[in-house]
Amino acid sequence: MAAISTPAAPGTFRYQLASFWKDFSASRGALVGMIFIACVMIVALLAPWMAPHDPAMQDRSALLVPPVWHAEGSWRYILGTDAVGRDILSRLIFGARYSLSISAMVVLISMAGGIFLGLLAGYFRGWVETVITRVMDVVLAFPSLLLALGLVAILSPGLTSAMIAIAVVQLPYFVRLTRASVIGEKNREYVIASRLAGAGHLRLMFNTLLPNCMAPLIVQATLSFSTAILDIAALGFLGMGVQPPTPEWGAMLANAREFMGSAYWAVTFPGLIILLTVLMINLMGDGLRDALDPKMKRS
Amino acid sequence: MSRDALLSATHLARHYQVKGGPFSKPATVKALVDASFELYPGQTLAVVGESGCGKSTLARVLTMIEPPTSGELVISGHHVSLKEGQRPPAELRREVQIIFQNPYGSLNPRKTVATMLEEPLKLNRRDMSAGERREAARAMIEKVGLRPEHIDRYPHMFSGGQRQRIAIARALMLNPKILVLDEPVSALDLSIQAQVLNLLGDLQDEFGLAYVFISHDLSVVRRIADDVIVMYFGQPVETGPAETVFTTPRHPYTQALFSATPVADPNRRRERMKLKGEPPSPLAPPPGCPFAPRCRLATSECTEGDPPLNEVADGVRVACIHVDQAMAAHEASA
Repeated sequence: MAAISTPAAPGTFRYQLASFWKDFSASRGALVGMIFIACVMIVALLAPWMAPHDPAMQDRSALLVPPVWHAEGSWRYILGTDAVGRDILSRLIFGARYSLSISAMVVLISMAGGIFLGLLAGYFRGWVETVITRVMDVVLAFPSLLLALGLVAILSPGLTSAMIAIAVVQLPYFVRLTRASVIGEKNREYVIASRLAGAGHLRLMFNTLLPNCMAPLIVQATLSFSTAILDIAALGFLGMGVQPPTPEWGAMLANAREFMGSAYWAVTFPGLIILLTVLMINLMGDGLRDALDPKMKRS
Repeated sequence: MSRDALLSATHLARHYQVKGGPFSKPATVKALVDASFELYPGQTLAVVGESGCGKSTLARVLTMIEPPTSGELVISGHHVSLKEGQRPPAELRREVQIIFQNPYGSLNPRKTVATMLEEPLKLNRRDMSAGERREAARAMIEKVGLRPEHIDRYPHMFSGGQRQRIAIARALMLNPKILVLDEPVSALDLSIQAQVLNLLGDLQDEFGLAYVFISHDLSVVRRIADDVIVMYFGQPVETGPAETVFTTPRHPYTQALFSATPVADPNRRRERMKLKGEPPSPLAPPPGCPFAPRCRLATSECTEGDPPLNEVADGVRVACIHVDQAMAAHEASA
């Protein structure tokens, strides 16, 4: 009771948020990651106002102009231009929109599907579980990029099919994680109490069990987010993802690779931004995992 | 027995299949072998016995969490016929509810008290509006001794005793007639135990509840039970009015069990009957009386057949063929 009467009323949403923030911000890497991702998101949102040029505009008089710190560079194209005279900085800024939103969609699709299948498998067990887990094992057995490539080839190359393909590749991780947590929670007494109160299968799965299984899923979502960016970039690089002239980071890399020796900037900057984003998201995911895991909690 | 029983169990049994390894046959564990009893409104029936004797299995069968393997269960005139994994039918959910032993596992950590208390109403009382449900939850939380403002808090903010009160409130939301209490106080501090037991007593008087009180704490049982069932190895070995059973235990197992209860009387000299050995493995039940291997009165006859549960005194039934000797031995030691 003493704890309840103190000003920081435990249990309120604000208190939970505050304690979460305390744990999360304790890890400097997580904090840096979050700030970086926030910046990328703001840039992506404000792309039309921030980009100095139209990302698809080709300046035939300025092909492969180097970045501004080179003697031949100009302030007009700060990070230089690519082989058809498009401004690399503008393309990176607009590319953030595509990379982030595509990855968000991928994570959303695979998380929704994974949670649903995982709940079914963990809740009903028996043959439902066997079928679902075996299919997921098959998906896991393929190298992820190969499977994604195959799926895109079947679905015809394009943005939508790339998203679906990568979502399918990510699915097993969510299914396994959900299933494991559901099995752990399913025989707890509060679930039995709900059942005795008359809760049906759907209510038990989505209302009673799911909220208690979310913490590891949120962490997995951030980790998948970075994998999705990489996979989308890889598909783009192989020409199976986003089609030109869409300024997607992976596709930019792919288009510029023949000039790697003569114009390093056309390859370096998209590569660098992919690397940084993925790294930062992973850092953030680690921090999130530590903050949400009660076993890591310092009292 | 002229009164109408709220709940009557006849030869209830619950067996579990244990999957064998690749080289062994699947085995059957008889967690509950043969339990028959009746429960009347306003009465407390205590079920006692050591760990693994089938008390909790009995609780799960009575609350329709699991169907009995055989035997008949009649609750308020309804014959219970339940399939494996099925939730109890709507008309019976209102009759029987359960309180679990561990108040830390029985409350959903992600729901507020209000949500938990309102859930049974939401699912079973379509006629109630959201406002009425909230009002009912508020009234119930006060009835179990918590404050109305507690209703919007989460379980982790409460102590064990308070949590158990919340669990009791949730069980009572549908106005059940029977409450199965599966070791409701054994996870609590002694001082809190008394409070919760008093609360249960008050609620019983107010609502005319019938309790099935499952416990291994004999001093608690003695205080609150009207009738008692002593179980050993999945079957009742002695049943009867609590006072009679406690003052004159007749079955050798009951005698040994009761002699293990500490008595707060330094002058009393008493002999403790130590039980030898372990309860038999449920995978390899001994022939005849399951208590025979540990019983000090066992003879070769004991292993020949299951001893019937015979009425030996007013309302007291004992499953032992050597009741008279056991009684004589008890009187000699008392």
